[in-house]
Amino acid sequence: MTNSIADIVGNDVLFIIGSNATEAHPIIGNKMKQAHLRGAKLIVVDPRRTELAEHAHLWLRLKPGTDNALVNGMLHTIISNGWHAKEYIDERTEGFDDLWATVKDYPAERAAEITGVPVETIVAAAELYATTRKAGIFYTLGITEHTVGTANVMNLANLGMVTGHIGFPNAGVNPMRGQNNVQGSCDMGALPNSFPGYPSVLDFEAQKKFSEAYGVQMPQDMGLRIPEMFELAVHGTLKAMFIMGEDPALTDADANHVRKALENLDFLVVQNIFMTETAKYADVFLPAALYAEKDGTFTNTERRVQRVRKAVEPPGDTKPDWEIILELGKRMGMDWDYDSPEAIFEEIRTAVPQYAGMTYERLGTVGLQWPVPTEDHPGTPFLHEGRFTRGKGLLQGIPFQEPAELVDDEYPMLLTTGRMLYHYNIMTRLSQNLEWLRPYELAEVNPADAERLGVVEDELIRVSSRRGSITTRITLTEKVPPGTMFMTFHFKESPVNELTNAEGDPVTMTAEFKVCAVRMEKEPAAESHGAAAK
Amino acid sequence: MTGPAGAETATIQATIDGREVTVPAGTTILDAARDLGIDIPTLCHHETLSPAASCRLCVVEVEGRPNLMPACATELLDGMVLQTESQAVIEARTLILDLLLSDHPQGCITCEQSGGCTLQDYCYRYGVEASTFEGDKRQLPIESDNPMIERDMNKCILCGKCVRVCAEVQVTNAIDFTERGFESQIAASFDNPLASDFCRFCGQCADICPTGAIANKQIKGVRTWDRKKVRTTCPFCGVGCNFDLNVAGDKIVGVTAAYDAPANQGSLCVKGRFHTDLIYSPDRITTPLIKKDGVWEKATWDEALELVAGRLLEIRGEHGNLSVGVLSSARCTNEENYLLQRLTRAGLNTNSIDHCART
Ligand code: SF4
Ligand code: SF4
Ligand code: SF4
Ligand code: FES
Repeated sequence: MTNSIADIVGNDVLFIIGSNATEAHPIIGNKMKQAHLRGAKLIVVDPRRTELAEHAHLWLRLKPGTDNALVNGMLHTIISNGWHAKEYIDERTEGFDDLWATVKDYPAERAAEITGVPVETIVAAAELYATTRKAGIFYTLGITEHTVGTANVMNLANLGMVTGHIGFPNAGVNPMRGQNNVQGSCDMGALPNSFPGYPSVLDFEAQKKFSEAYGVQMPQDMGLRIPEMFELAVHGTLKAMFIMGEDPALTDADANHVRKALENLDFLVVQNIFMTETAKYADVFLPAALYAEKDGTFTNTERRVQRVRKAVEPPGDTKPDWEIILELGKRMGMDWDYDSPEAIFEEIRTAVPQYAGMTYERLGTVGLQWPVPTEDHPGTPFLHEGRFTRGKGLLQGIPFQEPAELVDDEYPMLLTTGRMLYHYNIMTRLSQNLEWLRPYELAEVNPADAERLGVVEDELIRVSSRRGSITTRITLTEKVPPGTMFMTFHFKESPVNELTNAEGDPVTMTAEFKVCAVRMEKEPAAESHGAAAK
Repeated sequence: MTGPAGAETATIQATIDGREVTVPAGTTILDAARDLGIDIPTLCHHETLSPAASCRLCVVEVEGRPNLMPACATELLDGMVLQTESQAVIEARTLILDLLLSDHPQGCITCEQSGGCTLQDYCYRYGVEASTFEGDKRQLPIESDNPMIERDMNKCILCGKCVRVCAEVQVTNAIDFTERGFESQIAASFDNPLASDFCRFCGQCADICPTGAIANKQIKGVRTWDRKKVRTTCPFCGVGCNFDLNVAGDKIVGVTAAYDAPANQGSLCVKGRFHTDLIYSPDRITTPLIKKDGVWEKATWDEALELVAGRLLEIRGEHGNLSVGVLSSARCTNEENYLLQRLTRAGLNTNSIDHCART
């Protein structure tokens, strides 16, 4: 996030696009609702009638996958009405003409046609967002999990810059990161294209820095991204994988393809806390400790680095992940002598400039928001104050692209996937409390579609896509529009990612989880079929 | 408090218990007293909630005012002279506590909240042992239908904090006051037990309740003084809420709020509050395993690590840098992610490390 979580309550306008925050980021969702109680206006863009949509001043129920056309329509409306921040654009950005060259083709009428949102609503949203000073944009997976995810994100930055909303408190463009430490994993360079702190792996200076620091010449080419790894594993080029703490066989798109890849490996190591779907394919299982059994730091979505503290000893023979990696490293010829997570953190400070000024002692109980360049720097509650990190903010026109997969006669429904309050990925399934709340998938289906199919509340149905076929129980709700259904990916009994589309965003290769075409059918064997049963 | 734009924030001076205090205009008597380290007792007040000023336990005596004033809801004014523990104040507080006890079960010894109960603390502070009033006591059934929250409305003192936290912080409005007078209690609509179609099971009502009326069932059964608290960061979503893990002996028994946490100010969702039973799930695997002929066999760390290091280096050596891939984890710490990328780049000499940034 460019801004802070605590800011949200003080915003006057929240433009929330593709984020079901009350389920996916509950405490941020609460703050959005608190802002609304305080009088702030919420603009909610979501095909589903989410809890936030209920609190919205404007709810834009767009067709799944058409976010970009909507944003272009808003940009067109803003610029043609003169609501854009001309001085800010002159001083702080470049590329305005390029942006207009694309956006000029998206008057609100055309955006309305593509998105299904009425013209007046698009215009009202554009005016409210553009003409309110304390207006922030908030988005999550809904926006990035599309084949055009990167483009969507860039277009939201366009919106923020054209209206001069970036670089101030109570504003900004705020991606809300999913898992607890996605931000940190990226900061640490657990990425195939960047070193710790984000320099490109192709950057000569950075290669030199890390070659010297690690005493080994750094590899010269880009690494493989997750979907490429699986692709090459299916082809037999990639032969071994080491998978720490993830369960791609359940959580990654087109799970059948992932399983095929895992099966095809010569050697698979899984380091996790329990026998995950992925671990079933492994040759070696390394049992890890849980967060409560180790020290360390997580970095949250507002860039706040916070302490994780050991409360109890790891059970049995389990070890914290860092200790396992350390032992493995020693056996792979690394001359490592870290004696604690803090010792590793001290090295992180030298590798990642954003963390240079942090110490465990300084983090204390409230943490610090990066960048923290020096030990007397107080941390950075909001980014881009006065200028952008790259100097001038780059405006770039982003034309609308249809989602990769469209419905047809055979697969007439759109399936969208996301999160829900009670579970987080898969680990929470181990909690009896959370299982009590939601022990199985309950796919959301519009009553009109259910009637057409002759299925009722809680019935087990079959859902099939071009890639796979699963069963799930359903709940009938107007939250989803007719022709669309919604599922989460927490349940191995209803593995929704056997249906989803692995076709990736060309830049990040983030798969298109959000939209895939499916067919729903009555499940004849519903009674005898135990898969989705309690 | 800030004044209108551009205006200097005015300060005011007053005297509390004979000590001078200077605070910004708009400060309550309660906050000004706390600045001086004076502890005025409160039951219905909480800094994260709107004032209710209903319990009146926080009353103070202000010179020149005929009535005692609630400190939590009265602004300190310039020149005010006030006493926080005068005879009149002590009498008033004693009476309030006495009245509260008159309709409160006399079961402190076995109450889960004992030691962490604000009502008990204040009764002790003002020497109120038992109520001097005779009267009917409520006989309401205990609601314990779910595995997380138990509600015993017989212990409720109607401070309303649970109602306000649910309405103002969780913005969920699952519970409210029902009826009035003696029959008054806190309930969900139609007196239904808490259920997931209207309650988020965030447990914040239980955490904020000053008595044992709403209890967190996870930490039930462990006395407050037997629990050590360890501040940590939630392992689920990117909000990064902080909370205190409650440890009894060598076991984590539950979670309590950390009101000074920067991201969440004491709030949590159901996962952060009630997940800790998963730490002791029987499904956890506690020894290294090596698969032999398709069957998992227990192994020592030495065997497992030798095998992993050997095979990875061997495959990398024979087949080049496209032959191995490493997945790191957004669930693991920064230190672990950092170390694994170092091992991948320096040990396996490939950049093929990635993690599920989207999940
Ligand atoms: S658990 Fe949370 S949502 Fe439910 S009644 Fe208590 S405060 Fe409200
Ligand atoms: S249940 Fe607890 S918090 Fe709610 S009104 Fe009663 S005493 Fe106060
Ligand atoms: S308590 Fe809930 S909202 Fe807070 S970090 Fe944990 S999962 Fe996220
Ligand atoms: S705390 Fe002031 S009236 Fe209750």
